[in-house]
Amino acid sequence: MPEDPTPPPAIEVKNLVKSYAGVAAVSDVSFTVKPGEIIGFLGPNGAGKSTTMRILTGFLPATSGIVNLCGVPVASNPDAIKRLIGYMPENNPLPEDMRVTEYLYYRGRLKEVPRRKLSARIDEVLELCDLKRVRHRIIGKLSKGFRQRVGIAEAVLAEPPVIIMDEPTIGLDPHQILIVRDLIASLRGRMTVLISSHILPEIEVTCDRVVIINQGRIVASGTPNELRREILGHCAYKLELAGEVAALAVALAQVETTLVITSQSEADDAGFRTFHLTTERDDPLGEELLRVLSSDPRFRLRGLAQERPSLEDVFLAATRRTWEMVDTPAKR
Amino acid sequence: MKHFFTILNHEIRILLVSPSTYIAAVVFLSVMGFIFTMMMDIYSAAAQETTPAVIFFQYFWVPVLVMVPLLTMKSIAEERRLGTLETLLTTPVSTVEVVLGKYFAAYFLYISLWASTGGFFYILHRFARDARFIDLGPLAGGYAFIAISGLLFVAIGIAASAISRNQAVAALFSGAALLALIVGSNFLPNVELLHNDVMRPIKTVIDYAQVFQHLADFSHGVVDTRQVLFYLSGTVLALIFSIFSVEVKLLHS
Repeated sequence: MPEDPTPPPAIEVKNLVKSYAGVAAVSDVSFTVKPGEIIGFLGPNGAGKSTTMRILTGFLPATSGIVNLCGVPVASNPDAIKRLIGYMPENNPLPEDMRVTEYLYYRGRLKEVPRRKLSARIDEVLELCDLKRVRHRIIGKLSKGFRQRVGIAEAVLAEPPVIIMDEPTIGLDPHQILIVRDLIASLRGRMTVLISSHILPEIEVTCDRVVIINQGRIVASGTPNELRREILGHCAYKLELAGEVAALAVALAQVETTLVITSQSEADDAGFRTFHLTTERDDPLGEELLRVLSSDPRFRLRGLAQERPSLEDVFLAATRRTWEMVDTPAKR
Repeated sequence: MKHFFTILNHEIRILLVSPSTYIAAVVFLSVMGFIFTMMMDIYSAAAQETTPAVIFFQYFWVPVLVMVPLLTMKSIAEERRLGTLETLLTTPVSTVEVVLGKYFAAYFLYISLWASTGGFFYILHRFARDARFIDLGPLAGGYAFIAISGLLFVAIGIAASAISRNQAVAALFSGAALLALIVGSNFLPNVELLHNDVMRPIKTVIDYAQVFQHLADFSHGVVDTRQVLFYLSGTVLALIFSIFSVEVKLLHS
């Protein structure tokens, strides 16, 4: 039988449902993750992110649906799945009384890393996560940043093909977030990483693709750029101009028919207002706008920039849309 | 089952670094030491019919009621509360290995603490010139009883820890269960209701489960396999209950 050249997707979820006592925490969630990708899992609190992650690790059984990790079904082979994953739950629970190296040694033995390789691997991982200084310190005495890094070190210790981290940067200061971000980015290609987070700028920078989940349903999924186009559906510009608003609207319509003023601020001391424009055209209008508005004697132009909506705007728009559509929690 | 010894080593080490183990050890040894000293007082005052060993073991229930809850309360309840049970169960270990590892670690400590009371008898042997004080039969029987009954008591402690999320609840629950088993079964046959003919099957069961009777038999050198079976089957039942509790609480978490 000829070998299938394409490797199976690292994570494959189809029609996953998990309900607790009639209320569906996760309803009909489907997504696929290719090997080596870094996927961001976004959602408001209570959306079903942690539940989905727990189901992926085989810790929680699902009500219905199919979940495959590297081609292995989770429901029928929970034992095999545990050898394929590294998991860091929310709030990163760690035993308070052990030293860092002791803990990593224990976890390495549990994850069946061969004894001969284990010490070398622990050294590698301590180097990767910059924990060499605190290797003999008791975990209970470490600061939050170090604890998160111990959690990540433990997750990558056995070099599993899939790593699942629930809010790895929660409670960290900006320096520590940067360190963790670089750490996660260094895993790209070698391991598939699924992280959930509320820190949207981090997700935007680190992740290849983003999945937005709300009230147990997938609301949007794709690269950050695709999502911007899909959810917000337009390009936005910011204008600092002095002049008559009505005349401006006419002038803008002449440049591009779909160009509209969505908001304007009060005139400042010099008479300049800040306008926000949206258009449905994808290609950049900046040059044309600049030419038309600066050559028009009625207007004084001070600033023009294309606004790239942040992932936060995408997230808020996507989740607001679902809340308008779905008023009550889904009953099953 | 290949992770069993990893978990066992780890659990023993964790028990050896936690303060509650040493509190249990100090309470245990001071209570038993005190009892032993009182016993020596009685013996030096007047001659007694039975050897010290027999009387010493009759007080076994006092430290057991304090020590077993202290040794077992943290095992599963604390891990559940902290969340480390989740990280433990997402590694390639089974719940069976986890529960058995914790159980045998607690049992190992229980046996070690009791074995250290052998020091009392050794001191007695060294300083009393009278060979009649050390009667090896009841001594061996007494320790055998401790070893075998300890299987059941520690299993009850582990079961109590497996069903709760709070250490204190686990400790109180196992303390109450042990009290009911050891002391309660002593007073249960005296209940009027059981003297009825209809209740005869229940009465035979209760007569069979008399822990103090087991102790007496062991001390007199009578090792009744039915009594050994009582403890072994009770242990297996309690451990199965613990394993199921851990898994069921996951399903409904």
